[in-house]
Amino acid sequence: MACNSSGCESGCNGRGNENGSRVEEVIVVKESVCVKCKCNEPMIFGDGGSDDGRFCSECFRSNIYGKFRLAVTSHAMITPSDNVLVAFSGGSSSRVLLQFVHELQVKALKNYEASRDRSLPVFGVGVAFVDESAAYPALSSEMGGAIAWVRSTVLSMSPPEKDLRVVPIESVFGSDSVEARDRLVKLMDSVSDETGKEDLLLHLKMLALQKVASENGYNRLVVGSCTSRLASHVLTATVKGRGYSLSADIQHVDARWKVPIVLPLRDCVWQEITRLRHLDGLKTVELARRSQSGINELVSSFVALLQDENPSRECTIVRTAAKLTPFHFNKIPETDDSCVPMATQRRLKKFNLKYDGSMTTESFCPICNGPLNESDSSDLNTIDGCHESDALYAACCSSCRFQILPLDRSSLEHFGSLLPHHMISQVKHHQMVDSQTYLREKIKDCLLVDDEESV
Amino acid sequence: MEASEAKSKKTGASRLCCLCNQRRPVLKRPKTLQQICKECFYEVFEEEIHQVIVKNHLFKSGERVAIGASGGKDSTVLAYVLSELNRRHSYGLDLFLLSIDEGITGYRDDSLETVKRNELQYGLPLQILSYKDLYGWTMDDIVKMIGLKNNCTFCGVFRRQALDRGAALLKVDKLVTGHNADDIAETVLLNILRGDIARLSRCTSITTGEDGPIPRCKPFKYTYEKEIVMYAYFKKLDYFSTECIYSPNAYRGFAREFIKDLERLRPRAILDIIKSGEDFRIATTTKMPEQGTCERCGYISSQKWCKACVLLDGLNRGLPKMGIGRARGGVNGDHTKETKKLAKSIESKKCGSLDF
Repeated sequence: MACNSSGCESGCNGRGNENGSRVEEVIVVKESVCVKCKCNEPMIFGDGGSDDGRFCSECFRSNIYGKFRLAVTSHAMITPSDNVLVAFSGGSSSRVLLQFVHELQVKALKNYEASRDRSLPVFGVGVAFVDESAAYPALSSEMGGAIAWVRSTVLSMSPPEKDLRVVPIESVFGSDSVEARDRLVKLMDSVSDETGKEDLLLHLKMLALQKVASENGYNRLVVGSCTSRLASHVLTATVKGRGYSLSADIQHVDARWKVPIVLPLRDCVWQEITRLRHLDGLKTVELARRSQSGINELVSSFVALLQDENPSRECTIVRTAAKLTPFHFNKIPETDDSCVPMATQRRLKKFNLKYDGSMTTESFCPICNGPLNESDSSDLNTIDGCHESDALYAACCSSCRFQILPLDRSSLEHFGSLLPHHMISQVKHHQMVDSQTYLREKIKDCLLVDDEESV
Repeated sequence: MEASEAKSKKTGASRLCCLCNQRRPVLKRPKTLQQICKECFYEVFEEEIHQVIVKNHLFKSGERVAIGASGGKDSTVLAYVLSELNRRHSYGLDLFLLSIDEGITGYRDDSLETVKRNELQYGLPLQILSYKDLYGWTMDDIVKMIGLKNNCTFCGVFRRQALDRGAALLKVDKLVTGHNADDIAETVLLNILRGDIARLSRCTSITTGEDGPIPRCKPFKYTYEKEIVMYAYFKKLDYFSTECIYSPNAYRGFAREFIKDLERLRPRAILDIIKSGEDFRIATTTKMPEQGTCERCGYISSQKWCKACVLLDGLNRGLPKMGIGRARGGVNGDHTKETKKLAKSIESKKCGSLDF
């Protein structure tokens, strides 16, 4: 191992000496030199991690930043003409993410200023913070301070300037904040399952982020989901019976939304991220959300237990799930944008992301936006022109049906009336799928007679 | 879940089974939390298995079917229910019991007594094959030689082949095993944890080995372990409930416990895991190992020698580490997956039950 570099001085060449050099390496570590650059003092984090005390701070940092940058460039997540919105919760992952995106932007600015023709513009960065106090009344007292902290954090970053958008979660229901808050509370109260509540809130949060991104001209939403987070997601999705849609959620790019979502920290584990946060002295804000007692919490503690037992477990879990076939929307939609650098285009070819065209789905669950399996959506067609509430039930995935929709079918209509307009409009779209009406809708402007019978 | 609990409380107050509305409920059904009476429980339990058999076309009329019988709760209930359904719904099956004697004193000898009683109780012919006859080694001998580490690898590999040989001996068309929903959910999770995409894609299929000599199927695929125990308890079935002495309790690990925790929180989670396993988008083009035959014994194998022969050869040559984990020098070279070793510590399939 140690003999890969040409500068190996132990003089070993061949297998016979391999053991000898390994012994030497152990001694080297004891003498406290970074195993990579072999000149600086390694960092000791004291968090019990397996590779603690192996790298110096610079090598450690460049390793993680490298993973971030590789993800960004190889999937064309951020290109010069883009305007990206960073979803910022104040936690470790999103704090590190914001820092990395900032560094990338600073570098782009430097290159721009240095280049003669200034052909490649610098991408724009905005920051979005979702105010969840309407869903967690206990948070309202802390929220003011948290928002002030977020504002000062974003303001204190060096130029280029970043816009901060604080989004109240109830904004998905409309602009009247009192009425929207009321509707949110009613909606959450009508979900009986604890896990269902948590998940519904997550879906609403994503909707709020999408809304603010598309309304303000952003074309990418950057989120800080790390490997550990995704590992938990893989298991929760499995446990909730969402095996079909799982592969859509854990890719680098998720373009099923109006504004494509990108996950540049997908390949970094939680431990690395917290270490880096300590190293850089980045501050975070932890909002004490309601104590979770559902499936999500149980799975998280299970994954933590597994991770303790084997430090690469989280990576293995995500790698397994990554072997599942992704969806056609798990890549940045192709554009003829000349601003995508040639290098990136070549990389995309190299990674050769293949998508099975035959395995595409057209319908999505209106609540969680998960792609629907044929077996899930088969009962869609059987329900034809009946009650809107039944259509909502039929349009949802089995997991949302169970944990979010009310058990009692008679209260479905009321529940549907509480959902954000965006979700309901998707149900209506569902009803039209495969039907004559849908086709008619498309050619309406060219039809001379309004009545279908007389055609 | 809360709502369903409330519902069951309501029915509890009225003191009537919520299925027949006539008798007093005596149990809370683990799968649905409905409070029902004994008779209704038997009926839904058996009917569900019947539906699984019919919907998946598990059997054809006139087939000879061997039941892998360990004497434990799963296989005892399976033998009982299957012979009952065979009679009631006229499947037209010839049923047999097939037991493997691993040669574990104080465990298998006792459980085989149970199977022998079952033979009389259910009127099913029984065939017993022993490791001693097939391989010349009992598990007692093997453990004496290699100790309590990795002994389950030997047992599992040998049993798999022994069952196939026994099935061939009985000239049966199919082999059914008592794997229940909990087992399958656990396997799905373990395959995710160890990154085994090939096994992940096939571990949820109800019938396996259709291209091989004897297909195996799992009629209890959707049956909860708890309900099987409940059925055996209320029917007062004669089964053997001690765990294998060579796979002590500490060995049962994370995954099983996690599934039990999940079941407490949300009973349907077990079925949801199986559903996920069935729905995973696994490209059919994923490279699967090529199936061949063992040069030594003729059993199906993807390598030159089948796993059982490699292990056996190691035992006979006094090199028991051969073929286990990352040990080098086997006939097939270093082909065994290292992931297998990683998964060892969290594997919890107890030795007494039958291998997939």
